[in-house]
Amino acid sequence: MSTQEQQPEPETEPETEPETQESPADPEMSGLASPQQRRLQRKAANLAERERQAAEDESNLEEDTVHLKVFRFDPEVEDKQEPRFDDFHVPFERGMTVLDALIYARDEYDSSLTFRHSCRQAICGSDAFFVNGSQHLGCKTQISELEQPVRVEPLPHQEVVKDLVVDMEHFYEQMHAVEPYMQQEDLPEGELEEMRQSRENREKIKMSTRCIWCAACMSSCNIAAGDNQYLGPAAINKAYRFAMDEREDEEIKEHRLRIIEQEHGVWRCQTQFSCTEVCPKDIPLTEHIQELKREAVKKNLKFW
Amino acid sequence: MSQSYNRGLIEDFGRWKEFSAGMWAWIFHKFTGWVLIGYLFTHIAVLSSALAGPEAYTDTLQGLEALFVVRVLEVGLLAVAVFHMMNGIRLLMVDLGIGLDAQDKTFYLSLIVTGAIAVASVPTFMTDVGF
Repeated sequence: MSTQEQQPEPETEPETEPETQESPADPEMSGLASPQQRRLQRKAANLAERERQAAEDESNLEEDTVHLKVFRFDPEVEDKQEPRFDDFHVPFERGMTVLDALIYARDEYDSSLTFRHSCRQAICGSDAFFVNGSQHLGCKTQISELEQPVRVEPLPHQEVVKDLVVDMEHFYEQMHAVEPYMQQEDLPEGELEEMRQSRENREKIKMSTRCIWCAACMSSCNIAAGDNQYLGPAAINKAYRFAMDEREDEEIKEHRLRIIEQEHGVWRCQTQFSCTEVCPKDIPLTEHIQELKREAVKKNLKFW
Repeated sequence: MSQSYNRGLIEDFGRWKEFSAGMWAWIFHKFTGWVLIGYLFTHIAVLSSALAGPEAYTDTLQGLEALFVVRVLEVGLLAVAVFHMMNGIRLLMVDLGIGLDAQDKTFYLSLIVTGAIAVASVPTFMTDVGF
């Protein structure tokens, strides 16, 4: 099988240059019927199609720019201590998110533009901004879905440290206040025994586990704005995640309910649904808060 | 340590155009609640005219009912009461965890029902004062 030596590896070769493929000397291998040939042909066709598509998009959106109005504040520079809005005109690209536009503006126009971002795929929760009047995750919000000019501000109801960076300390304090960790002490017997959760229970708490601590909900909450001690939707959702987890004992659940039923706990929620609407992970926060309210009532009203 | 900047309340009434259904429901519920409490006081005031005798009571009521403004206010009162009731049912459902996904639709529904009942009540309330 000497022919195999000349044959390029079909899987690892990039599809960009299919025409440079050497046709194998063996007539058997060079035929159009060969799976590799067919695959290469299909790839070339796909590539051409993609290029045509891209060229079309290019010509459609050639002079498209995104008009960003970005909140600016810098306490360390005297002239920037008065908050203002800066305008940036960023060239639009297909699939561009608010975060992409901000990154472009920072890299190309003003390197002092400050904002938090990390994973860029809606998991780290660093880049929640106040975009066009509501809380959005920058990396998850398509520019094409927003009205221009796109007004980007730091999250409301939090102190601004610089530009779009807000002080998250209070939010983290509230999150920690509900003890967001497993507290089960009676572990199953046996060294290799696992602590199992039923599928139903997993489904029940599934959405609440998705919180990425971005603080969009807390910032959108009208009550949290007026009552700084209110735990806030994210923290209560965290409490729900553990209180509803059946792997914890009943006493621990009662302890959790005691935390959230305090004066600045669940009862502050007035079901405005603001948090549920802005949550980038689609967590039904209001539903969870309401369920904890019912649990708290059930705990205290024992007629039986 | 540099100073941070407190922007204060950003989402005040200046942003009312950006309010969502749930927020409007909350605002209207508060507003109608206060209106109903206010009405309770005027209600007691009018009823207590009966302390001065049956004639005084009848005179007060007939005098009030002859006023066009009072008739308009009665339609308004009915609208306020109906909205408060409808949204109260909606909030009860929310508290019970029923249909939370449809919370915006139920708010619009309570608005429509309120409007319909208020309009339907106009002929009844406005008899003898122009209708």
